[in-house]
Amino acid sequence: MNGAQDLGGMMGFGRIGHEPDEPWFHAEWEKRAFGVTLAMGATGTWGIDASRAARESLHPADYLASSYYEIWAKGLEKLVLRHGLVTEDEIRLGKALGPPKPVARMLKAENVPAALAKGSPTERPAEWPARFSVGDRVVTRVMHPSGHTRLPRYARGKRGVVELVHGAHVFPDSAAAGQGENPQWLYTVRFSGPELWGEEADPNLVVSIDAWESYLEPA
Amino acid sequence: MDDHHHHSHDHHHGHDHSELSDIELRVRALESILVEKGYVDPAAIDVLVETYETKVGPRNGGKVVAKAWADPSYRDWLRKDATAAIASLGFTGRQGEHMVAVENTPQEHNMVVCTLCSCYPWPVLGLPPVWYKSAPYRSRAVIDPRGVLKEFGVELPETTRIRVWDSTAEIRYLVLPMRPEGTQGWSEEALADLVTRDSMIGTGLALRPDQMVAA
Repeated sequence: MNGAQDLGGMMGFGRIGHEPDEPWFHAEWEKRAFGVTLAMGATGTWGIDASRAARESLHPADYLASSYYEIWAKGLEKLVLRHGLVTEDEIRLGKALGPPKPVARMLKAENVPAALAKGSPTERPAEWPARFSVGDRVVTRVMHPSGHTRLPRYARGKRGVVELVHGAHVFPDSAAAGQGENPQWLYTVRFSGPELWGEEADPNLVVSIDAWESYLEPA
Repeated sequence: MDDHHHHSHDHHHGHDHSELSDIELRVRALESILVEKGYVDPAAIDVLVETYETKVGPRNGGKVVAKAWADPSYRDWLRKDATAAIASLGFTGRQGEHMVAVENTPQEHNMVVCTLCSCYPWPVLGLPPVWYKSAPYRSRAVIDPRGVLKEFGVELPETTRIRVWDSTAEIRYLVLPMRPEGTQGWSEEALADLVTRDSMIGTGLALRPDQMVAA
């Protein structure tokens, strides 16, 4: 969706605050928001694409005014409500009013190292030959889906060149909607600065995105 | 200009525990209910936090870069199959499942961003800094990377191409910075001390030997 998360090329946010010797977390609640988000992800009730979609569904004014772990906490609230794991009253009270809904698993402390080491690879066996090869000229689709997508607005309808072919990966647009992994070939596609930003752009700039096959057409 | 604007949220609370902020209360309530319902083991949260506070960080990436500088065959492996080459040093897993290493040269400088969220190679760099996840960097990195670099104190010749990688999928990029001059014969351990987090994101360069004195 064309939400506030899609920031590439926006202006007016000011300088980049670079904090020397920045701590890993800035407050205790950030640690808990981080940990509880990962632990709930480990229940297997939703995947990373659904998590991102939940964060992106915040009102744009709320998203832009929230720090990153605030966005995570608000996204997690949406997910646990949507999946019926808790009710709004329970969140408000911080107390259970009914029995839990079964989840696939619960991450125990002793299993954390193994779970992190395993990660969640997204590559899957390819179900068809790759449509594009390194060096192919492509154009990205112009599309404005109301659901989750990983094709940023600044790179829609742009002509580029395939630089890397990564194999078939879980398709976020489908996975986030609960419609299955539907893996597609994934490519790194590079664009010139002027193609993305117009004639005034730095001619010595090249920007790439990682694009699933259905985001691309031959150019 | 206000350098602190981006993390103003983080500094206005957390000092006085008798007066919890809205977000502190909200996160506390969320954790309580999820623990009470039996979905979350609070001890698992402790281990997750401790892992990313003490066990994972840019020193991991520094070892990868130093080895690539010192060992041309490792560098070639890293460029060809970064996931395997990095795993051989023990750095694997979450948010580093599919790695690509991109190499800076005098002709081309690489810089990594995630305009859509905060994708970042955790096993080699740890959790991302606030600025990496914030609107100013995410908005500007793809349209004005030279301006961004200037803010980080990096000025490259106009003739150096800037190559920005927007991490829009689950591929995670590690920048292999240029090896500083005057480091011939250095051990991998000594070289690793020159490799900063920002140099592996592409918003900085590796330290020169004369910049090490203060460190």
